[in-house]
Amino acid sequence: MSNPTLVMYEQESREVNDALERLLKEANATVIFLVDKNGQLISGVGETERFDTTSLASLTAGNIAATGGLAKLIGEKEFSILFHEGEKDNLHISIVCGRVILVVLFDSRSSLGLVRLRVKKSSEELSCIFEKLLKKSEERIKRDSSDFPFAEITDDDIDNLFS
Amino acid sequence: MSFINYASREINCKIVYYGPGLCGKTTNLQFIYQQTAPEARGKMISLATETERTLFFDFMPLSLGEIRGFKTRFHLYTVPGQVFYDASRKLILKGVDGVVFVADSHEERMDANAESLENLRINLKEQGYDLDKLPYIIQYNKRDVPGAMPVEELRRELNPANVPEFEACATSGEGVFETLKAVAKLILIDLKKGK
Repeated sequence: MSNPTLVMYEQESREVNDALERLLKEANATVIFLVDKNGQLISGVGETERFDTTSLASLTAGNIAATGGLAKLIGEKEFSILFHEGEKDNLHISIVCGRVILVVLFDSRSSLGLVRLRVKKSSEELSCIFEKLLKKSEERIKRDSSDFPFAEITDDDIDNLFS
Repeated sequence: MSFINYASREINCKIVYYGPGLCGKTTNLQFIYQQTAPEARGKMISLATETERTLFFDFMPLSLGEIRGFKTRFHLYTVPGQVFYDASRKLILKGVDGVVFVADSHEERMDANAESLENLRINLKEQGYDLDKLPYIIQYNKRDVPGAMPVEELRRELNPANVPEFEACATSGEGVFETLKAVAKLILIDLKKGK
């Protein structure tokens, strides 16, 4: 496999959420999502119930993948920040730690300058958490951890899903 | 690459439907969408051209229930089948956990089937995957068309490794869920190995 399975533990999940909540407040944003580059939603804070979060995660990852493809075509490694301006709402999308995507939705109560500034600070914090998380995952895999939830599933468990 | 979230007790996996243009990848997803209870599925997204051809991808999230207290969710994607969308196809394969190759049973589409399968192998390799090691299913679609190629011939051309295969007619839904179940099962068995 080219990539190990991404695992989110409870402690890191709390740390990520705390960091996102702080960013939400400091950037005066409406909602913030953290998405895996493969399109899986990791976390969301703010007015998340207003949105179809799964679709949003998948389209964001598609967007980042497509612009990443464009970047490579012109000899860039990636475009690490994308900004979409709407009539009322705007999206600021950035890559954190080369692995996850930070999506900040904001309206006229905030500004692009403020969001960029706060995102930069939060990205450093989130990078630290994800580096720690990846290290932890690798260590657990090496230890062949028995608490892996799928290690002991039976064929019956799988068949029951489809019954 | 699956995503296991201990905080929300969820496991997410990605399935990609691959195959030549007009082989029925989107039709597979549409049938699954129509036949699944609304609470088990999310919205289906199709990034398509004005003539309903897939431009980037179709996407549909599907919840299958719980295993050992973990919600099991599959994200189903299709790729654009037309040859010139190769750059987009590569992107969609990123992080894939299982592949369904949808073959067209029309005799005149045999070359397109073989070309697409070779393209799948190459594009997976570019992302660091080996098709022979991935959960992988072949679906022989459009079995209802007049003069459909015999399955033995399709098998000889497209399935030398003898991976699990299903006959289907995606418009009527025959074989669609059998295919999905088979690939989902292979992915879960792969996860069980704790890769």
